Amino acid sequence: MFVTLKPGVLDPQGAAVQHALGTLGFTGIGAVRQGKVLEFDMDTADAQAAEADLARMCEALLANTVIEDYRIEVPAP
Amino acid sequence: MKAAVIVFPGSNCDRDLAVAFARASGRQTRMVWHKDATLPPGLDLIGVPGGFSFGDYLRCGAIAARAPIMRAVGDFAAGGGPVLGICNGFQVLIEAGLLPGALMRNAQLTFVCRDVGLRVETTDSPFTAGYQKGQRIRLPVAHHDGNYVADADQIARLRGEGRVAFAYRDNPNGSAGDIAGILSQNGRVLGMMPHPERAYDPALGNTDGAPLFEALAGVTA
Repeated sequence: MFVTLKPGVLDPQGAAVQHALGTLGFTGIGAVRQGKVLEFDMDTADAQAAEADLARMCEALLANTVIEDYRIEVPAP
Repeated sequence: MKAAVIVFPGSNCDRDLAVAFARASGRQTRMVWHKDATLPPGLDLIGVPGGFSFGDYLRCGAIAARAPIMRAVGDFAAGGGPVLGICNGFQVLIEAGLLPGALMRNAQLTFVCRDVGLRVETTDSPFTAGYQKGQRIRLPVAHHDGNYVADADQIARLRGEGRVAFAYRDNPNGSAGDIAGILSQNGRVLGMMPHPERAYDPALGNTDGAPLFEALAGVTA
């Protein structure tokens, strides 16, 4: 599960990372956005049900949908 | 005034807040553990204290906002009971959906721990009735995630409805609209980043927080 800031929400941490990379000599870097990755071991073989459960978890707790978007990837079991 | 303070693992301003409530009301403050599902009967006021509940894991206040007691706090607020959230308590109230917007990492990415100048923006609440509108006060802040974020429409609505309680005069964290503290739609829930409980006792060198507690004791007597 990927939790990232919505477009348009200022990301001072991403800006600090971008600045530091420039200091190290890396060039051609546009905006850097920092987010979170959460990995889940789930006790089910039903990918669709797992994805629906994860979406409910995002809405309930894992993402603050005022400022964050989320994206779910369920690999083949 | 019968007041309670909610205690989470990692709360560290809970006792200061309890002392402030007790001094204002002359009655002992009830401490309520986050795992409790019900509040003591007959409460007039709930405080959600500062600190680092649940280690600030996931997002500041996110885990605490889903603690069992928070359902009862939400019901208390919905019924018009006053709820005061300070610092991490403000973050918890936002995460619980009792106040709008979000509190993000300070714009300059540093922890800010100092006195800040504030302006009292409304006296039309049980929390701010003891101040003059436009009064300049100083209160301590101590936080890493106090950068208030909401879209422009929400900020305009908060302003228009008189729900900005306190504004920074020297914005320490990048907050939109210089917002330091906001009220719920019914004016009964206040969340603020500055610490009035650290500016109550004259021994602390500043009593600019005292009118907040004395007004609460007056309206909930």
